[in-house]
Amino acid sequence: MALVASRKTLIGGMTVIGLVGLWFVLTTFTGLVTSARFPSPAEFWLSLKQINGRGYAGSTLASHAFHSVKLVLMGFTVAVLTGVPLGLWMGWNRRVEAFINPVFLIIRPIPPLAWIPLAILWLGLGDAAKILVIWFSAFVPSVINAFTGVRNIDKPILEAARMLGTPRWRMVREVILPASLPMIFTGLRLSLQASWTTLVAAELVGALVGVGFVLNMAQQDIYPGMILVGMVTVGVLGWATTLLLARVERRALAWNVAARD
Amino acid sequence: MTSPPLGFRETMLLGLAGLASFIGLWSFLSGSGIVPAQFLPGPLDVASRFVHLLTSPFAGATLPAHLASSFQRYAYGVLLAAAIGVPLGLLMGFFRLLDDIVTPIFDGLRFIAPIAWVPFAALWFGTGIGGPIMIIFAGAFPPCLINAYRGARFVEPRLIEAARMLGTPPSRMILEVLLPAAVPSIIAGLRVSAGLGWQSLVGAELIVAAAGVGFMMVQAQGSVQTPTVMAGMIAIGIVGMLIDILLRQGEGWLRRRRGLES
Repeated sequence: MALVASRKTLIGGMTVIGLVGLWFVLTTFTGLVTSARFPSPAEFWLSLKQINGRGYAGSTLASHAFHSVKLVLMGFTVAVLTGVPLGLWMGWNRRVEAFINPVFLIIRPIPPLAWIPLAILWLGLGDAAKILVIWFSAFVPSVINAFTGVRNIDKPILEAARMLGTPRWRMVREVILPASLPMIFTGLRLSLQASWTTLVAAELVGALVGVGFVLNMAQQDIYPGMILVGMVTVGVLGWATTLLLARVERRALAWNVAARD
Repeated sequence: MTSPPLGFRETMLLGLAGLASFIGLWSFLSGSGIVPAQFLPGPLDVASRFVHLLTSPFAGATLPAHLASSFQRYAYGVLLAAAIGVPLGLLMGFFRLLDDIVTPIFDGLRFIAPIAWVPFAALWFGTGIGGPIMIIFAGAFPPCLINAYRGARFVEPRLIEAARMLGTPPSRMILEVLLPAAVPSIIAGLRVSAGLGWQSLVGAELIVAAAGVGFMMVQAQGSVQTPTVMAGMIAIGIVGMLIDILLRQGEGWLRRRRGLES
């Protein structure tokens, strides 16, 4: 097993080294790819130094990144706090499901990104519009997975709890919520991904600060080095928040053997 | 315990009540002036604008013409993603070395939102048709690759062993063993791709395009024509839904033909 893993790591490492080597060869050494198309490693480094030092598009990379992360976390939190309870409720009560489902079916096919122009019309280019569209995009996966989580709970568990005369609020807190938690977290992962996509798109369409705004300015300035800086930042932030969520999930589901591997 | 399933009548009535309250709330908010009608036009205004846009042009074309131009880009992008993603996924499922080489690259790129490719797409392929196609490709490619890979990787080992024992060459192995076995997974991936591709297209058109529904919506937003923005959203929703229904039909047909479901 260890041998297989090390072979994988070795080839993976060689691939990365090979790619970086290829990057140098194509841009710096041969000039096959001109710097108007893709930055050389040196140009990438200079752009990174510029945005960290003097700043670009109004502020430094750290404050752009901080702003974007803040908006994603806010929109995501609002979506989870509204979506998960609604999903649980719809899963628990078939009348609620019958009442809400048709509306849901009508609104769902509209991609979250299509809400961006409307959000800008309503709330302008500031933070509120971004939080609104992130909420739209992250809400749906939260609802669906919480709903599915409740519906997939083993009947005997619910019957046993009921037979023991568990009061309603303890039923929700100690039976329904824990039993649907694995499924809820699947939804949260999807929601988080959707949040990032939506935020970047919203910031590209119109913003005054944020990682998407850096991308937007770099595109207008035809500044490939800075475009690459922006893309790498988007990737790193997406990766870091996903990792954080996985941590929370492992802690929350520590009791769940199935979730451990 | 969850309540028992409702009868057909009750489901219908509750559903209609839900829709009625949604439309009612919407009409009330715009009709009473709580939200200015300029920003939230009533359902009827939106519907009549939708009908109006079917024949009279906005931002250079009628709604159907915008949709057609969007759909063309969309089809190119998704087909390109399938044409590259599915074969690459199958090959990765078969050749371990390719898997070990591509997976780290893929994992590194996975966290970059497809829409973040917009600046490079515009720089490399322009904002006409090439740039948007690349962004749709970026959105639709991962599920194509992952599902073809999973499908090929988790083929019943006995089938592969049997084929190998009979001396099957790699090319036939991929085409006649892995591909058929992976088809259900591939189709499922294509359906996800189609959805993500449509979503990426909308994003791409909001940012860089000179035609298409997204472009129409941005133009309408610029001139505060809320009914046109909402008509665009409805058109996007309808087309997205039609694409999904068509692919579901295709999936069902394929499953029946292969005898997976009676």
